[in-house]
Amino acid sequence: MPLVTIEEVQRVARLARLTLTAHEAEAMTEHVTKILTYVDTLNAVPTDTVEPITHAVSGPMPLRTDAVTNVPDPTLLRTAPATEATFFQVPKIIE
Amino acid sequence: MDLFRLTIHDATNLLRQHTIRAQDLTQAVLARIRATDPAVRAYLTVCADDAIAQAALADQHLQTPESAPPLCGIPIAVKDVILTKGIRSTAGSKILADFVPPYDATVIQRLKAAGAVIIGKVNCDEFAMGSSNENSAFFPTRNPWNLAQVPGGSSGGSAAAVAADQAPAALGTDTGGSIRLPAAFCGVTGMKPTYGRVSRYGVVAYASSLDQVGPVTKDVRDCALLLQTIAGHDPRDSTSVNLPVPDYTATLTQGVTGLRIGVPKEYFVEGMQPEVESAVRASLAELTALGAQAVPIALPHTAYAVATYYIIATAEASSNLARYDGVRYGHRAAHSDGLTAMYEQTRAEGFGPEVKRRILLGTYVLSAGYYDAYYLKAQKVRTLIRQDFLQALQDCDVIATPVAPTTAFALGDKTTDPLTMYLSDIFTIAANLAGLPGIAVPCGFDTQGLPISLQLLGKPFDEATLLRAAYSHEQHTTWHTRRPSL
Repeated sequence: MPLVTIEEVQRVARLARLTLTAHEAEAMTEHVTKILTYVDTLNAVPTDTVEPITHAVSGPMPLRTDAVTNVPDPTLLRTAPATEATFFQVPKIIE
Repeated sequence: MDLFRLTIHDATNLLRQHTIRAQDLTQAVLARIRATDPAVRAYLTVCADDAIAQAALADQHLQTPESAPPLCGIPIAVKDVILTKGIRSTAGSKILADFVPPYDATVIQRLKAAGAVIIGKVNCDEFAMGSSNENSAFFPTRNPWNLAQVPGGSSGGSAAAVAADQAPAALGTDTGGSIRLPAAFCGVTGMKPTYGRVSRYGVVAYASSLDQVGPVTKDVRDCALLLQTIAGHDPRDSTSVNLPVPDYTATLTQGVTGLRIGVPKEYFVEGMQPEVESAVRASLAELTALGAQAVPIALPHTAYAVATYYIIATAEASSNLARYDGVRYGHRAAHSDGLTAMYEQTRAEGFGPEVKRRILLGTYVLSAGYYDAYYLKAQKVRTLIRQDFLQALQDCDVIATPVAPTTAFALGDKTTDPLTMYLSDIFTIAANLAGLPGIAVPCGFDTQGLPISLQLLGKPFDEATLLRAAYSHEQHTTWHTRRPSL
């Protein structure tokens, strides 16, 4: 049975760019442990000679000509929380 | 005649004969929504003005019925994970609470080209994650047959709206059963097409190798009509398959003589509500009386489907939901101390608990040290599940099962233990893993008056056979004609 600690849950939360409150982290640890215990039942299935499914549809990935097809569209900025000229504005990245 | 009770096909006949006008039909549906939605709560956004304008345009086209497009003047409700240009689309989430898409999903473009009227956006579990519609960030939708019960999920709004006659039909999405389960709980028809049959362009992605858009309708003929409109290759969705779309209504009435119906023993398990099992078995008896042949089959890896799904779907979701970062659209947390903090706070504020849970699970199973044990393992079991089906489908044409182990449960019944909720999907999930088409059709009611449905699963791209078998069943029963009293 996997031992999922609250620290591990917090680590994974950081990877997923999610802040959890202490209460959330506790509840999450309990739920995640339970679910992972459940999915551990897959270990009973022999899969040494089985290929994983990597594509839901078979066949080669369709390609298109490498040419610019989209026209710059200023209306796309309308959905943004903060913009400046033709840019999406975000908090400073480089100090 | 209550216009809001009409099916697509009946309404189409009346519209083309000029017995009714499209504007009257749309007004009747809008009035029905106003009257019943305070109780049912299926709708997040009602597009009254737009719909009336579209209906007026439809009436113009219907002046020359021979050239009017196939769904001319028909109101359709749309699950809020499907993007509609200029109409708020939330995916049931606070993180997109005010998001107005700048483009239409391909399926919406096709509905519009067919002359349909987009009547409104219906409620769903947040990011299509859920089986009861209780995970919507806004409010739960209620089952029109008993308002204390869930409508099922995640397309709960779609199914409830159709069951309550708040729309002649709706579009939903199905990733682990999210069309078929609410259709069954609400006593309407719902279909998940073969993976790749319908374009996912403009559909908010949950699990990209499992998601499909499909019809939720009052009967099987309507299901065929709506599927006809939305199916087909789309170059903008590289997982959509370039295969011709057959005429789904042409073969509907051909009957089931000689049809081999596979009956998997693994789908009739202990712990099922006895009335569900007896209703489904009674349907099978009806179909065999009509000339079909029941064939016992085995799907040995059935018990592993839910576990396999909750690794693969959550892994894919963790990747798909990484885009909700507050940069280009959606909610952004105020007063963040730097970019990373902005991401973390935005997502903490914008996502509900079930979504967070699935993102965390998915991130975990993909992370270094766990990838092989979980994700790779699940992909291998997925191969075995798919092989089970393809093998069984050599000995039969369709597979018959219940849709769910029980009828609709009460609001709040399963919200404390996520795993209990996940197990509602045990009969629907495998079809998504295998990429196969499936349809749910009403086949009875329990002693509480809650609907029971039959599920038929089919061969890849053989929706026509599923529709034909479902139609035969439907036409020899009257379950689909019953309506909740609202």
